[in-house]
Amino acid sequence: MAKSIDISDLDIYYGDFLAVEGVSMSVRARSVTAFIGPSGCGKSTLLRSLNRMHEVTPGARVDGKVVIDGQELYDPMIDPVEVRRQIGMVFQRPNPFPTMSIYENVLAGSRLNSRKLKKSEADDIVERSLKHANLWSEVKDRLGKPGMGLSGGQQQRLCIARAIAVEPQVLLMDEPCSALDPISTSAIEDLIHELKTDYTIVIVTHNMQQAARVSEDTAFFNLAGAGKPGRLIEFNPTKKIFSNPDEPATEAYISGRFG
Amino acid sequence: MSTTIATRDKAPRRRGDVIFAGIARGAGIAILVALAGVALFLTLEGFPALGASGAALDGAANFLDYVWPLVFGTLLAAILALLIATPLAIGVALVIAFYTPRRISGVVGYMIDLLAAVPSVVYGLWGIAFLGPQLKPLYQWLEEYLGFLPFFAGPASSTGRTILTASIVLAIMVLPIITAISREIFTQTPQLHMEAAMALGATRWEMIKLSVFPYARSGMVSATMLGLGRALGETMAVAMVLSASGVVTFNLISSTNPSTIAANIALNFPEATGLKVNALIASGLVLFVITFAVNFAARAIVARTERERS
Ligand SMILES: Nc1ncnc2c1ncn2[C@@H]1O[C@H](COP(=O)(O)OP(=O)(O)OP(=O)(O)O)[C@@H](O)[C@H]1O
Ligand SMILES: [Mg+2]
Repeated sequence: MAKSIDISDLDIYYGDFLAVEGVSMSVRARSVTAFIGPSGCGKSTLLRSLNRMHEVTPGARVDGKVVIDGQELYDPMIDPVEVRRQIGMVFQRPNPFPTMSIYENVLAGSRLNSRKLKKSEADDIVERSLKHANLWSEVKDRLGKPGMGLSGGQQQRLCIARAIAVEPQVLLMDEPCSALDPISTSAIEDLIHELKTDYTIVIVTHNMQQAARVSEDTAFFNLAGAGKPGRLIEFNPTKKIFSNPDEPATEAYISGRFG
Repeated sequence: MSTTIATRDKAPRRRGDVIFAGIARGAGIAILVALAGVALFLTLEGFPALGASGAALDGAANFLDYVWPLVFGTLLAAILALLIATPLAIGVALVIAFYTPRRISGVVGYMIDLLAAVPSVVYGLWGIAFLGPQLKPLYQWLEEYLGFLPFFAGPASSTGRTILTASIVLAIMVLPIITAISREIFTQTPQLHMEAAMALGATRWEMIKLSVFPYARSGMVSATMLGLGRALGETMAVAMVLSASGVVTFNLISSTNPSTIAANIALNFPEATGLKVNALIASGLVLFVITFAVNFAARAIVARTERERS
């Protein structure tokens, strides 16, 4: 069910402001693709345009093509709600539904898709998703407790469980570990490794080691200057990006010499 | 511990802080004093009515018999008004907050706020001269087809000045406050929670159910309770619209209607003398207590939902 994503000539706007310009790249199915680059270069913006969350911002729009497994994402016939059901997203800050229990949080997406879930089906989904997200053993005795009662790292894994509970084709992650300690981070990186056998994963990260550890391909974005749009500078296999990049700018960014 | 407190006491206090603290404290105390004064006045002046009977109480045997129909009417009109106003207000607030472009929603919000600025006498006139007559056919229809329900037993009022008309007028009067507060809270829903729902593929309505309502629940309760407070105390509009005869009935469309405490005071105070004044003031005390109880209940509900959340 994992799908590839082909982006061609994508321009992304907030009102009149061109935030990302002329991105073309192909994200492979069943692999992890990392987006790296300095703050403000449009990584989150691009990521959010891949599940049509970008247009939730008033005035935001997109020019160009995104094709997921042969299907044009911005075709006028496509319902964005339908798209978001098939492309999961994990945010930078964990955002479980505050009034819902752990159990209900995991089921939130499934409940949207089909009203009537049998108790046994629901139990299965919750157990499978939480196990997949490496959270099951920590919460199995308190599934009825609020999701907000968990630690930040646990909350983030709960959000991942919620996203994969509906078995999406693609999983988008925007700096999923930036608020977490090294142990939780490594738990989530392990998880990403396991998940890529089933899902196509795109992850935004500021952590070079993380990009190097988890991804097959890496895209480096940069800004020409303040107020200028972000651009894709280099897109290559992660090994190549971190050992022998094509572009001097990539080299400079990765090695910390930046400017 | 004690040393920190000691140093804080000795630390120089800025003049601005001292003045501001003084003003704030003074304002707080003034409110308490005013409230206590009102309660004291109502109690002292109302007390003689407790022993009265007969003429001073419009023929009622004792004060309880006198005030009960008024309490009933007050609660009935206020609750009916809320039943009408709350869903409408929350619907309008949702539309303004989530379904209209910002430019239009600003205008609509402004117009709703204007409703709050209309004096209640104007609502009263509108109720008598326009709404009542317009509703007459509806009441006849209700009597004819739904007359088996006690609410619509009839006979339908010939002027339309029924408790239902009064409640509708009240509903329009409390609409702005409930709408304004609900909208305010809806728009404060954290973006993060709304996006959590949308990223799962929630439609806008599903997003509202998943993220907005849970967040706004206690605020919606307070908004409704504020509306209830206003509906309970509203005087002029009810006094004008309602053709009251002080009965206790759930019949909403007939020409014999329960009166409300506030309207009863407004209508009878000018000509009242002696014990009758005491009786009216005592009924005012009852209204005061009811309003207080409503506010307390609202606080309790809000506090409980807050506790559940944390
Ligand atoms: N809601 C918005 N409205 C207007 N402009 C925005 C909005 N969100 C982001 N931008 C602008 O778009 C550009 C790209 O922002 P984006 O958040 O995608 O950067 P980023 O690469 O994710 O940065 P970071 O690493 O700090 O998260 C920035 O110039 C930013 O100011
Ligand atoms: Mg970002």
